[in-house]
Amino acid sequence: MELRKSYFADVRKDDLHEIGQPRPRSDSPGHVTGKTAYFADHNFPGMLHLKMVRSPHHHARIRSIDTSEAEKHPGVVRVLTARDVPHNVYTILILIQIGPEDETVLADGKVRWKGEAVVAVLAETERAAQEAAAKVKVDYEVLPAVFDMEEALKPGAPIVNEYHGQNYYLYDSGECRKVRFGDVEAGFAEADHVLEQSYQSSPIEHAPTETTGCVVMPEGNDRFTCYTNTQAMFFTLDNTSIILQMPGSKLHFVGGTVGGGFGGKVDVIVEPIAILGAKLTGRPVSFIYSREEEMQISSPRAAEKVVIKDGVMKDGRIVARKVTGYTDAGAYSRHSPYGAQKGAGHYPGPYTIPNVWIDTYCVYTNRTPSSAMRGFGVTIGDFALEVQMDKLARLIGMDPLEFRFINAYRDGDMKAHRQPTEGAALIECMQEASRAANWPVAEKFMAMSSYKKGA
Amino acid sequence: MAKVPVQFTLNGSEKAEFVESGTTLLNTLRDKIGDTSPKGGCQQGTCGACSVIVDGELRLSCLTLAETCNGVAITTTSGLAEGGVLHPLQRAFLDTFATQCGFCTPGMIMAAKVLLDHTPNPSREDVVEALSGNICRCTGYEPIIQAVLTAARANSQNAA
Ligand code: FES
Ligand code: FES
Repeated sequence: MELRKSYFADVRKDDLHEIGQPRPRSDSPGHVTGKTAYFADHNFPGMLHLKMVRSPHHHARIRSIDTSEAEKHPGVVRVLTARDVPHNVYTILILIQIGPEDETVLADGKVRWKGEAVVAVLAETERAAQEAAAKVKVDYEVLPAVFDMEEALKPGAPIVNEYHGQNYYLYDSGECRKVRFGDVEAGFAEADHVLEQSYQSSPIEHAPTETTGCVVMPEGNDRFTCYTNTQAMFFTLDNTSIILQMPGSKLHFVGGTVGGGFGGKVDVIVEPIAILGAKLTGRPVSFIYSREEEMQISSPRAAEKVVIKDGVMKDGRIVARKVTGYTDAGAYSRHSPYGAQKGAGHYPGPYTIPNVWIDTYCVYTNRTPSSAMRGFGVTIGDFALEVQMDKLARLIGMDPLEFRFINAYRDGDMKAHRQPTEGAALIECMQEASRAANWPVAEKFMAMSSYKKGA
Repeated sequence: MAKVPVQFTLNGSEKAEFVESGTTLLNTLRDKIGDTSPKGGCQQGTCGACSVIVDGELRLSCLTLAETCNGVAITTTSGLAEGGVLHPLQRAFLDTFATQCGFCTPGMIMAAKVLLDHTPNPSREDVVEALSGNICRCTGYEPIIQAVLTAARANSQNAA
């Protein structure tokens, strides 16, 4: 690998000696010898297995739950319902004051998505837990459901989540996150061309090779050791502490070894209920998603819809950009209000545009709650923005890479959300890309710099 | 439930267990014997993480009943290093960064070992074919393919 020291020579320390050198990863020897301990490699005598009874409906009222047959099933030790959970209604971002609490650990009175956890069964074997779970009788009154974000935002749509009261997250800025910069309508009026396009994506499952789960060991002194593959150790510990109304000092989380996460293991889903099971039975508990649960139940990347309207001049300058983004949170917030907010800051893209208007909505539907996944909130936005950039270049008959040089942000440019650009390196990256891909651009673009305004 | 006796060798040492009829080899190795190197990624024969070698052949231990394993010789990834010296495949997986989260790695190494045992000088196509039952969500496969080819080269140099 070649290290191009000419770039940013004056702002970069010149003693970089790790880049370009192969360095062994500290965890690899464990991986290749099969010695790395994943959470499920912890196995304790007398361990109980937890299986979840899940909603077969997208949206329903629960009239009654009858666990009597399940409790009688051989091998069953304990059956848990909403009543057993000390603080059953929670939301994970409450740790950073993003409420309201809107999700139940075990469904209470209502289910809002197909697959929602209703009753937890703890048994001596996985098989007994599975068989007993099938014997739990839940009487549902099916309610109308909504699966499409635009339908959900229409007046009269079924309300997905009463804790919000409407089918969108209410930010302090109102029904959406807003960015206003310059005068976008004046920009469209002055533009040579205006192009409006909409882009849509489906939910995407992370599909880690190791499924989500944890193993909990009661330590006998009212403390609990939780072996988990969470990607968010302390975040999960703190939320568990709230849900179980138990001081964090009683919880010992062991983890950091994750068999693939990609953002799919940052929700607080398996640990609280498994620890509760261990507390109420005094036995070790294992709660491991089946492959089917991993694919159907764990949060996917949100479905998104992005509508982009751009005003562009014949010389290649984008003079106005209006973006309306919709993030499908599914039935509960989890990380989605944050994802939608990130989108609002991100949508102008790495381009300097004088007139910008952005609205991003976090919408509730009766779909599987979505959450984090690799750059959530901006990844789908980037797909939409860059396809849009290619379309704009084509519209004015310009080379798509040169078109991006013309609009690229540079140090000192004010971004639409009022952060001055610092440390931009887009120009330099594109110059290298131009060389590497053998996609030549005019000399004046190769002479540009992110922090020396020339050209 | 009635238990059945089962006896086999695991990485050269004798093992005897009583298992419930219907118990998989994967659960027997992991929960009863304590060899957790085979991983359960799907328990339904689709990911390859549970791959082990039974009498020289690659087997998905999640679809193999323990009671059918009487008298067999089983090899797992935890048994490959000899006297603390890594097997060439393990060395190559390290050197080519063929392992990220590592969850697929023991299964990949098993599949690769069966390939190299039968075909010491495989083509790239042979490697791709041999690993086609093993899913890796992290690496994009290319470093794994390179690791197997590197190990094959190392083996043939040692043999020469
Ligand atoms: S666990 Fe056996 S193939 Fe996936
Ligand atoms: S290294 Fe993570 S699944 Fe292969």
